[in-house]
Parts: sequence; structure tokens; C-alpha cells
Amino acid sequence: MLTVLLAVGILVALSLIFGAILGYANVRFHVEGDPIVDQIDALLPQTQCGQCGHPGCRPYAEAISNGEAINHCPPGGQVTIQALADLLDVEAVPLDGDHGTETAKRVAVIREDECIGCTKCIQACPVDAILGAAKQMHTVIADECTGCDLCVEPCPVDCIDMVEVGVTSRTWSWDKPQGIAATSLNIIATDRQTEAVH
Amino acid sequence: MQAAQIFSFHGGIHPEQNKAQSLQLPLGRPPLPNELILPLGQHIGQSSRPLVKIGDKVLKGQTIAMNNGFLSSFLHAPTSGTISAIEERLIAHPSGLSDLCIILTPDGQDEWTELTPLVDWKVGSKTDVLAYLSEMGIVGMGGAGFPTQVKLQGAHKHPLSHFIINAAECEPYITADDMLIREKTLELILGIEILQHLVEADQVVIGIEDNKPTAIAALNRLLDERNSTIKVAVVPTKYPSGGEKQLIQLLTNKEVPSGQHPADIGILCQNVGTCVAVHDAIYQGKPLISRFTTLTGDALKSPQNVEALLGTPIAHLLDYAESEQKKLHRLVMGGPMMGYTLDSAVVPIVKTSNCILAATKKELPTPAPEQACIRCGMCEQACPASLLPQQLLWFSKSQEHEKAEHYNLFDCIECGACSYVCPSSIPLVQYYRHSKSSIREAREANVKSDLAKQRFEARQARQEAEAAEKEAKRLARQKATTQKASDKAAPTKAATSATATPSAASTNDESKKLKIDLAIGKTKLKKLQKQLLAAQENEHLEEINALQQQATEQEKQVALLEEELAKVSTAAPSAAATPAPAKAPVSDELKKAKVDVALIGVKLKKLQKQLLENPDDNEIKTKIAGFEADLKAAQALLEKLGANGPATTVAKAAVSDELKKLKIDAAIAKAAVKKVEKALKKAEEIQAPEIDAIRQQLKEAQQRADNLEKTLANPAPAAPAAIASSPANADADKKRKIDLAVAKAGIKKAEKNIALLKEQGKDEAEIEASEWPKKLAEAQAKLATLETETNPSETATAPAASMTPANADADKKRKIDLAVAKAGIKKAEKNIALLKEQGKDDAEIEASEWPQKLAEAQAKLATLESQTNEPTAAPKIETKTSDEKPNLAEQIKKQKIAAALAKAQINKLTKRLENSVEGTPEEAESIQQEILAAQQKQQDAERLLAQLTHSQDNTQENR
Repeated sequence: MLTVLLAVGILVALSLIFGAILGYANVRFHVEGDPIVDQIDALLPQTQCGQCGHPGCRPYAEAISNGEAINHCPPGGQVTIQALADLLDVEAVPLDGDHGTETAKRVAVIREDECIGCTKCIQACPVDAILGAAKQMHTVIADECTGCDLCVEPCPVDCIDMVEVGVTSRTWSWDKPQGIAATSLNIIATDRQTEAVH
Repeated sequence: MQAAQIFSFHGGIHPEQNKAQSLQLPLGRPPLPNELILPLGQHIGQSSRPLVKIGDKVLKGQTIAMNNGFLSSFLHAPTSGTISAIEERLIAHPSGLSDLCIILTPDGQDEWTELTPLVDWKVGSKTDVLAYLSEMGIVGMGGAGFPTQVKLQGAHKHPLSHFIINAAECEPYITADDMLIREKTLELILGIEILQHLVEADQVVIGIEDNKPTAIAALNRLLDERNSTIKVAVVPTKYPSGGEKQLIQLLTNKEVPSGQHPADIGILCQNVGTCVAVHDAIYQGKPLISRFTTLTGDALKSPQNVEALLGTPIAHLLDYAESEQKKLHRLVMGGPMMGYTLDSAVVPIVKTSNCILAATKKELPTPAPEQACIRCGMCEQACPASLLPQQLLWFSKSQEHEKAEHYNLFDCIECGACSYVCPSSIPLVQYYRHSKSSIREAREANVKSDLAKQRFEARQARQEAEAAEKEAKRLARQKATTQKASDKAAPTKAATSATATPSAASTNDESKKLKIDLAIGKTKLKKLQKQLLAAQENEHLEEINALQQQATEQEKQVALLEEELAKVSTAAPSAAATPAPAKAPVSDELKKAKVDVALIGVKLKKLQKQLLENPDDNEIKTKIAGFEADLKAAQALLEKLGANGPATTVAKAAVSDELKKLKIDAAIAKAAVKKVEKALKKAEEIQAPEIDAIRQQLKEAQQRADNLEKTLANPAPAAPAAIASSPANADADKKRKIDLAVAKAGIKKAEKNIALLKEQGKDEAEIEASEWPKKLAEAQAKLATLETETNPSETATAPAASMTPANADADKKRKIDLAVAKAGIKKAEKNIALLKEQGKDDAEIEASEWPQKLAEAQAKLATLESQTNEPTAAPKIETKTSDEKPNLAEQIKKQKIAAALAKAQINKLTKRLENSVEGTPEEAESIQQEILAAQQKQQDAERLLAQLTHSQDNTQENR
């Protein structure tokens, strides 16, 4: 009887100790906010373009964490979808065409002699990448521009172009090798024979 | 001098040396080319900024471009001549892309600019020497083009144990450094001494491969002569011993940790070329304008080393080395292991070009096709960085960049040893390069997106702060105005309450009871009307009839109750006469007629809608015709009643009633015009056949509206004409009123458009961006000014009017405020309506800001109105009889508004009551009490209104 009581007592004591540790850890290492939203937000391209139907990338990140599809982000493209799929452990689906198509990286360029200085594009720019004042010519800070398109629509004189960012020798990257070439499949004699039969 | 200890590094290969070919001939000095192409980005980091313009004459050694940031460098003219262009030209880059270049056309004089050697480098501050080196455009000439002064600065972070001069030159074919050591031994040693002075390392070691015996001998001889402490460490020939990290390992047995620089472990490496360039700069004042380059390969008849000016086109050098175009298969910049193929020979020599390899097909055959990895592990054996090339290959192939990074992809020096040994001819290095660029791209994108996010968040915070500030300001302003208004309103309120208080206690009880009854009756009526509406929508004819009957009955009851109540309440104060009983029956009938008109109108509308949906339905058309006839009849009745009602009263009242009627007609006509316009629009959209008919209708309706307005304008001055107004005054009045109407229509239109935009789901910002809010504001301002214009003119018609201009101004301002407040109310109401439409329940609406805003606006309006009344009351003392009228009219208006407000409140409360039927009885009771209070308010207002109208009539009669 004593052994049984002892065992029960030890177990109870252990559970209390571990419970206390867990409880302490829960308080001590408590994570503020929703870490998954932050993680999703970090993967999104932060163009703040609203093509996903949300007013910015973070709202879309929140929507994704609440179960929205991950393929609503054209600026991010397939790379972002893949990254989101990896993060959320879901299947990577192709980009939803309803929200736009994946385009090459672009920046807005103001045709400066046509600009009337209405400041409408400045108000539209989500990242404050347009410089100018009322009745003064405006210009886009190309480095800050995310290419979100949002300034094009409000321009009353249509003087904003979306220009593709070309590849320079500094932004150029090496191509991926073509992989195992088709010709190398015919190296072994038997391969060549089967080809001859066909 | 003593021999340095040599260690070893992992891996490495022993490819064919092929160094002898280019060492047969002495150093060549090719003639000046026709033009020199000087890329602005010959180094790592930002491109240089040009300091010259097209057409500028420059001398040899003159600075033509300056550094553009920390990791940038200067550029100098390699010879004297003219700047012929600054344009994009093909550059020596694996991408085969072009970059901005300064094009210099030599004048053949080769005239030096004034040289300023830094003679006091030993005594001057080291920072000055570093800055001087930077201005001389010196960058690492081993391959990366890292600005030397930056590297030297970095070396100061830790005390240096070793200063290593890299003379290993391990890559096959290349002999430029070998030739440099042979040709410029003294310059090299002097350069090393300068650098050693700058970095103060414990040991200075020249690391050189044992395949350069002539150079080693020359070095040893000179060092012996100079009794130098510089050691020469001869390392065995093995590729890639010339790699910075490999040479460090060979000479010190220290491994540079992953992701760190040699400087982090107290070691600095410099290429021999750089040392010679430093010497030239310091001792001779010559900037970096030329370099030793190996021209080699079987496609050249006379392979050799040349001292080429920077910017010399490769084609020019190939000509100099007698290249055979037929034999030339591949043109490689750099060595066979780490170099890259050039697509074109027009690219120039830059600061980092150490070799041009013009290879024949036999020399550098097209690489064999890639085959599957057989996991032989030879690449791992060969890797000098002790990586796992196979693993990296898998990760690179499957784009698993994270894993590749985890396997230290970035420690790969891209030496090509793995590809060289691979039996499956897998271009491993190309895979790694691709992965590296992808990762770098991703990192850059990440940085950029972080920046964008930061900026977006900053912008949002700023906008919120701005909005909060605005709101705070607005609140402060509002507080100030309400305080002022309450200060002013206090006396008038006291006065009115003083007149209202003397009511008998007995009648109070009775009136209370009546009021309760009235409230209940009204609630019932409302319910019935609601049901009726629902029935109409669902087309239950029998139900409609029954309900209509019930509604009229209820209406009668309510009217009766109201009458009684009015009797009771007016009996007590007794000061005023009883205008209500006389009017009541007439107004009752009038009301009924109006309700009929409205009902028919609703039906008509519905039918018209149906007609639009299927335009060919004759049945509907006939129905519409019938309803239209009904409507006309009802309207006629209404008119008759309207005419009859006032007819019993005095003539003056008749005039005002007629005016009212005309106004109503005009409004109806306008509404009709609007409706028809809408229909027209819809018809146009669906391209219905009866567009013309609708157009005709529109014209007619407009005509009618115009007529009515005209008549309205006519009798309007006709009434005041009786007082004392001149025709001119009347004309002005007319014009003003028309303007007023136009302005009002403008407001309505703008509001409608805004509402439409809202419905279309555009957000506030878009609406703001559209022209409508602006238009609305404009129209409102116009209306306000017009109204102020109209009102003063009315008072002006009075003979003894003596309003001071200051007073008028204040009045104007108040009126504008009034207009703004009204607009605010309207907006708030509209928003609430919108919320309701969106199916939000009352609680949500209550929670939203709008009801509060509405209440605020209403309060403001009330205070403003009381303010407006006050000043008009002031001049009243002077111009008693004539000013009484506007004063009364205004009071009447006020009371009407109060009554309407009370009614609205009652409606709201009853609705709540209905909603809370399931709720607790206490709740219902409290709501009922509230309703009662509201009703009391309404009654008060109505009674006051009745009094006022009566007194107005009286004054008019007296006149």
C-alpha cells in the first residue's frame, strides 16, 4: 500500500513540478502577436499594390493565415507561392489569373515635362516613392518604387509609365545549366540502337 | 632571408600548365589603339562618376571619373586625347551586356598631365596615403577589383600577423604576374614596403609557385641585396594555390572561417600587380592606367605578355599578337579554369583583366554534354574549400537555396576544380554560380521589400497621426464654438422656458394620457404602413386593400387624438388662439390625399421598372397609364384640398399656401424630370426602342418644371409686393431664387454621384480623388452665399430696416456655418442609411461614429440656428413691425425642425421597442418612457409651431 501511495505521490509531485515549469515557460516565453502572420508577411513582396484585394501585404498575410488562397499575389509570383506553400505546408498552386499576371519587375517613371503637379500620384503611392509638391513637377525615386501601379490610375494627364527594369551587368545573374542534355542520353551504344529502330 | 614554412590545403588539381608559350617573347608594348573604351565600373561597388564632358581634351593620367561611394574608385585617362563619347558599350562581363563607358580618342602625343608623387609617404599620416591611393584609382588587380584603400582600412581592425603578397598565379596559361615580377622586381619590393609601412604586419611573405624559377631568383637576389625582412615562400604548383584563402592556408596553416575575411584572422593579401601600382602611384605619381596582361592561346602566332593601357580593345591586342581568325575557336577573358567566354573582341581591357586566351578548338573543346552524377566523389576530393560539391549540386538543381547555403555554398571560390575532375562533365560551377546569384537576388529583394514595408508603415503612421491631429483640432474648435453658443443661447432659452412654463396641472395629466394614446396610435399606423409597403412589394392585392383601410382608419384615429391633444394643450396656455381645429380636418384630408399620391407613385415606379425590364409588355403599359391617371386625379384632389384648406383662412395665408403648393408642384415636376432622365439613361444602356418617347417625356416634364418654377417665382414676390417691395427688388429676388435652385440641384447631383461612387465600392480616397466632393463643396458654398444674399434682401425690403453691415457679415458667417452644419447632418444621415442598407444592425450603427457625428452636427445646427435667430431679434426692436415676419418665420422653421427631430427620435425609439419585444420588460419600459419624452418634445414643438403660425397670420392680417 505504501509503495502505491508513494508512486502516486511521486507522480503527483512530478506533474506539479512539470506543470509549474510549463506554466512558467508559457508566461516567460510568451510570443506577442501572431508569428505566422509575420512569417507570411516576410515572404510577401511588400509592393502594397492591393492586387490581392487587400489594402496592403500585411492584411493579405492575415487573410492567408485565416485560410485565404496563397496564389493571389502577382508581384510575388510563383516564387512567393512556393515559399508560402513551404511555410504553410500546403500545395503550391499556380497564380490566380483573376488577380493579375506575373510581370517582370517594373518601376514607375513620370514623363516629367507632362506632369502638371497635381500631387495625386504622391497621395496614391503606398511607399512615398514619389517626390514633388503642388504645381511642381514630380518624380519617382526609382530605388524606392515597388512597381505597384497604384500611381498610374490617379494621374489626370496619364504621364506615368511603368517601365521594365532592365538587366544590367550588376544585376545580371548566371543562367542555370540546361541539365542533363538530351544528346547525352544517346551516349551508350544501346541507346543509339533503339533510336535507329525508331 | 630565410625560407618560410609551407603547409598544405585540401584538394586541388594539377591541370596542364601551358605557361611557357606566353613567356617566349619579352614584354610587349602595343601601339595606341584608335580609341580607348573605359568602363565606369571596372571595380567592385558603384560605378564611378564621370568628370569629363564629350569633347573635353584630357592629358595622360588626368582624372576622368571619380568615386561614387565607399566601394568605388577613380578612373584616369590612359593617354592624352579627346573624350569622343560617354555611352553604353559592350564590356568584358560574362553576361555579354553593355555598360556606360567613357570613350577616349588618343591624340598620339601621349602627353602626361602634371604628376604629383607622394614623396613624404613615410612621414605623412597613413590616412592621407590611403586617400591618395584611392585617388590614384588603385584596386586589387588579382581579379575582384576590390578598392585597395578599403582593403587596407579593413586590415586595421585586427593586428596583422601576416602580410601576404600573392604571386602564386596558379591558373594555367597566365604569366602576367610572372612577367611583372621579372620586369619590375624593384618596383614590387618598394611597393610592398609602402604597404607594409601602412599595415605594419609582423611578417611579410611573398607566396609564389615553384613554376616561376626566374621570378623567384630575381626576387631572392634583390631581397638579399636590400637585406630585406620580406620572405619568399615557394609553394608547390597546385591549382588553386593562388586563391586567397588557399594561399593563406599554405603559408600560415590558418583557415579563414566561413563568411569571414582574412583580415578577421589578422592576415592581409595583396596581389603583386597591386603592389607595383602602389609603387608607381607613390613614387612617380602615376595613377593606374595600364596593366600587364597575358595574350596567349594557340590561335595567336606570337603569344606574349603586354603592358596594355586600360580601355584597349581586345581586338587591338589580338591583332598585335597576330591572331589567326580561322583557328580561333573560343575567346576567353581570364584563364581556362575561372575565365569566361567573350562573345565579342571589341570589349576593352580593364583593371582586372589578367589574361586573354584565344583558344583553338583542340585547346578548349566544347564541353562534353552533361550526364547524370554517378556519385564518384571525385569533386569532393578536388574541392580546395573542403565543401561537398555533390550535395551542393543537388540543392542547386532543385533550387533548395536554403539548404545550399547551409552547406556553405558561399565558401565556394568557383575555382572549377570540381568541374575539371567530374567524369560526367557536369558544369558544377555554373550551377553554383546560378544558385549564388539567385540567393543574392532574393536577398536584395528581401532588403527592398523590407524597405518598402518600413516606408509603408511609416506612411501609415504619419497618415494616422495627421488624421488624429485634425480630429483633435476639430474637437477643440467645436468645443470652443459650442461654449460660445451656449453662452449666447442661455438668455433666449430662459425666455422661452419662461413662456412655456405656465401650464395648468390638470391639463397636464390629460395631455399626458392623450399623448400616450397618440404615440400608440402612431406606432400602429407606422406598422400598418410598413406592412402595406411590404404587401405592395409582394403584390398581394387583397391584403393591400385591407391594410390600406386599416391604415386610413388608424390615421384618422391618430388625427383625432392629435386634435384632442392640441385642444387640451392649447387650452391651458390659452394665450394663443386655436388654429388647429379649423385646420385639422382639411389637413387630415390633405394628408390622406398626399398618402394616396405617394402610394400611386410607388406603384407607378415599380411598374415602370418592370416595363424597363421587358419593354414590350403592353399590359404593364396600360397599367402604367391607369396609374398615371390615378396619380393625376389624386394630385388634382390634393391641389383642390390644398386650395380649399387655406381658403377658409385669410387671403394672405392663401397666397402663402398657393406658394407652397406651387413649390410642391415644382418639386414633383423636378422629381419627374429626374426620374425620366434616369429612365432615359437606363433605356440608353439597354438600347430600348422607346428612347424617343422617353426623351419626349423628359422634355415635357422639363417644360412643366420650368413653367412651375416661373409661376413659383412670380407669386413669390407677389406676396411681399403687398408689403412694399419695388419690382426691381422682386426681379433680383427672382434671379436669386433661381440661382438658389440651381445651386441646390448642383448639390443634389454631386451628392448623388458621390453616393453612386460609394455604392460602386470605391473607397473614400477614390471618391476624394474624384471631382465630386469638390463640386459638392463648391455648390454648398454657392448655396450658402445665395441664401445669405436672399435673406438680407428680404429684410432689406422692409422700409425701416437698419441692419449694420457688420451685423450682416456676422449673419452671413453664421449662415455659412449653418449650411455646413446642415451638410454635416445630411452626410451623417446618409452614412447611417448606407450602413443600414449594408445590413448592419442597430447596435453596429450605434457603435460606428456616425450617430455621434449626427448628434454633434444636430447640436451645432441648433446652436447656430439659435444664434441666427438672436441677431434678427435684435434689430427687431428698431424695426418692429416689418422684422417680425422673418423672425416669426424663422422661429416657425426652428419649431418645425424640432418637431421633425422629435418625430425621428420617436421613430427610432419605436423601432427599438419593436426590436426589443423579446427583451426584458424593463428595457421596453425604459424605451417607452423615452418615446414619451420624445413625444412630449414633439408636442411642444408642434404646439409652439401652431402658435407661431397663428401669430404670423395675425400680424399679416393686421397689416
